[in-house]
Amino acid sequence: MARTELRFAGFGGQGIIMAGYIVGKAASIYDKKNATLTQSYGPESRGGACSAGVVISDTAVHYPHPVTPSVLVLMSQEACTKFECLLPDNATVLIDEDLVKVSAFNKTSKVYSIPATRMAESLGRKIVANIVMLGFFASVTKLVSFEAMQQAVASTVPPATKQLNLDAFQQGYDYGLKAEPMKLA
Amino acid sequence: MIERHPMDQLLREDRIPHIWCSGCGLGTSLTAFMSALQDTGISLDNVSVVSGIGCTGRVAGYVKLDSFHTTHGRPIPFAVGLHLANPSLKVVVFSGDGDLIAIGGNHFIHSARRNLDMTIICVNNFNYGMTGGQGGPTTPIGAKTSTTPYGNFEFPFNIPHLAAASGATYVARWTALDARRLRKSIHEALMKRGFSVVEIISPCPTLFGRFNRQGTGLDILNSYREQTVIQHGADPAKVGIEPGGKIIVGKFVDIERPTFLDVVNQGLKGKFGPPVEKPRAEELAIPSVDE
Amino acid sequence: MESKGAVLTGEHFISGNEACAEGALAAGCRFFAGYPITPSTEVAEHMAERLPEVGGTFIQMEDELASMNAILGAAWAGAKTMSATSGPGFSLMMENLGLGIMTETPCVLVNIQRGGPSTGLPTLVGQGDMMQARWGSHGPYEIIALSPSSPQEIFDLTIKAFNLSEQFRIPVLIMSDEVVGHMTEKVIIPPADDIKLTPRRTPKVSPEKYLPYDPDEDLVPAMALAGQGYKMHVTGLTHDRKGYPVITEEAQIELVQRLIDKIRKNRDKIIEYHEDQCEGADVIVCSYGISARTSLLPIQLAREEGLKVGLFKPIVVWPFPEERIGQLAAGVKAFVVPEINYGQISLEVERCAHGKAEVIQVPHAGGGIHDPAKVLEAIRRAAK
Repeated sequence: MARTELRFAGFGGQGIIMAGYIVGKAASIYDKKNATLTQSYGPESRGGACSAGVVISDTAVHYPHPVTPSVLVLMSQEACTKFECLLPDNATVLIDEDLVKVSAFNKTSKVYSIPATRMAESLGRKIVANIVMLGFFASVTKLVSFEAMQQAVASTVPPATKQLNLDAFQQGYDYGLKAEPMKLA
Repeated sequence: MIERHPMDQLLREDRIPHIWCSGCGLGTSLTAFMSALQDTGISLDNVSVVSGIGCTGRVAGYVKLDSFHTTHGRPIPFAVGLHLANPSLKVVVFSGDGDLIAIGGNHFIHSARRNLDMTIICVNNFNYGMTGGQGGPTTPIGAKTSTTPYGNFEFPFNIPHLAAASGATYVARWTALDARRLRKSIHEALMKRGFSVVEIISPCPTLFGRFNRQGTGLDILNSYREQTVIQHGADPAKVGIEPGGKIIVGKFVDIERPTFLDVVNQGLKGKFGPPVEKPRAEELAIPSVDE
Repeated sequence: MESKGAVLTGEHFISGNEACAEGALAAGCRFFAGYPITPSTEVAEHMAERLPEVGGTFIQMEDELASMNAILGAAWAGAKTMSATSGPGFSLMMENLGLGIMTETPCVLVNIQRGGPSTGLPTLVGQGDMMQARWGSHGPYEIIALSPSSPQEIFDLTIKAFNLSEQFRIPVLIMSDEVVGHMTEKVIIPPADDIKLTPRRTPKVSPEKYLPYDPDEDLVPAMALAGQGYKMHVTGLTHDRKGYPVITEEAQIELVQRLIDKIRKNRDKIIEYHEDQCEGADVIVCSYGISARTSLLPIQLAREEGLKVGLFKPIVVWPFPEERIGQLAAGVKAFVVPEINYGQISLEVERCAHGKAEVIQVPHAGGGIHDPAKVLEAIRRAAK
């Protein structure tokens, strides 16, 4: 796998950085690739716009930040406004459909949507929306193996919430298996 | 046959004569400390003396003990490291008012707040002697020093009040005249668990005394005889030293309060077993004496 | 709660700051004193969590002045000790870094560099403290400083820093930066038995015969500890072999010359660098820490254009590998030195090149890492 750049973005408190962490851990520890996580740091990660970059590669990751991420996972409109203009052509964009409007995207993007926060709420905890999104990410992009992602989720979340998170991951994953790119106007 | 001085085993004889002026109270203060230390029966191998910079800061250089002469204002945090890395040491900080209360004031109040188990001996001569008699944090208002040529415009710290308010478990003040009471008080402070503070009011005839026409060292000691009032248990807030006023001495605070390590050990109790791996032998500095 | 042990053998996906703390624990560090400051705080937080698990002590001090002193005191009580800081905190530590150098106290000080001067950019990267690391405390001295480029390197170099500090009885600096500190990557922690540790050099004579500052052949004296009966005197004043203050020119020359020589004459045992295709190169990119890493892409692109480009990365930045730079200078047209400041290590490269090769700075004010295109452009310019 050549260098692949991902960007996760939303607002503080959504578990955006944890989502990036889980993907990086899955890729590097369980899929035995190389991964580098960088993140927005400071007050914004506690409330405002927040983002995490993950670079995955079979060889060593040199430049640590994503420059032109081919996958963008968006969980807030503000994050969308900030990052979508930086998208290269033919990128994959995953959105929480209740939080992000799609009209402004680069027309070459493949946009997949999921009601991740709503699905998390129906699981009983809105907080696992990020993990639903990770399941969706895993099945849509197939950049990281299902098993590696599952292991990374299980070994990262607080032990008491492990099953809830694994359920959230599975639901997102299953949703993604049936997903089609949106038709952009 | 040369008679041995009773303090020989506690002094670095090869460092004598000392640098202190005649009439200075530091000799009495050091004698009181060494006598008190002997009285406690604490193994001298286990005692560390830490000083900062200044006339009193030279104490660490004269005691035949593990002794550390640190930078200006920093003997307390250095002592914190010694104490926490080896709590079996008896750690004594011996320094002056400028060192401990001005440049080192923040360390003083925070170590008292944490109630670290150490003894602070603060010799207060109301000025910076080593550098030529400048005003300091304890210089009384109106007093003349080389940097207060028109009289001191600043209100001074009342050291016992500062210590007590910050959380010290033992606070006493004596003058260099009260040799025996001072010795007993330092003894108590050394045996006290927690942050113990003994302030010693001490003559500086060469500088502060001269600037303020106090006469010789002996004259100053004589003035203490008239000026001091022993008031054990006095409210530390009310023992501030006013120009021309009484110097209230005595033991002001002697309370029980858990030390920092008491609280640490309580807080971690049962949380972790003994360390899984004992430090490997080569990690430890094991004294190996072979001659 | 289960104690995890000091060496967490295995693969971990952790940040540079956490890796630094784990490296310290693996090296036997059992005392940490620090003060919170972005972007180094995670080192302290991780030590606060982990030290009690391994029987060590963590204390948050009232400031960085106190933190630096506390680790010196703890070292004299026998512990391997560390503190971590950044920007303004590093400035405050300069005073007692000098005390550590003068009293020859082993300890490790980590600087996760941020943008400056002053409060500058607390959350963003800089490399502007490299010369402060070298000269920031007053007086003449030599120092050891290491520069990691990744979480794995900061883990490995933290262990190396402890070993060097014990071997040469000197505070060793880890000059990392915000990007490495906050970047998360795989870190492989080897089995404890594979980690070689340098023991403290303890006196081989009785207290009566012990001279605290009488050096061994390699110019490093043995160190007694508080509470062992040696009753040594330790001072920041200029001192003789007994450790007693001596305020004379002769004593100053004897002591300071040795403090300088113990690093200079042992430089071969200290210096470490990484070279890639420097032999036969026309241009060598000399860079360290995060900037060495960001230089890899432009180097690769330049090579694809057919340029002969090497990478020289000092891992030990101080003492600087001046002989090697001097040798390489004879064979190249130019050095390109990208660093996140306005010319610090580049000046050192210039000095060591003795005019035999051009030195092209690629400065950056801080707040971000170099744009690879700028480094590439500098390489192209250098190759002309």
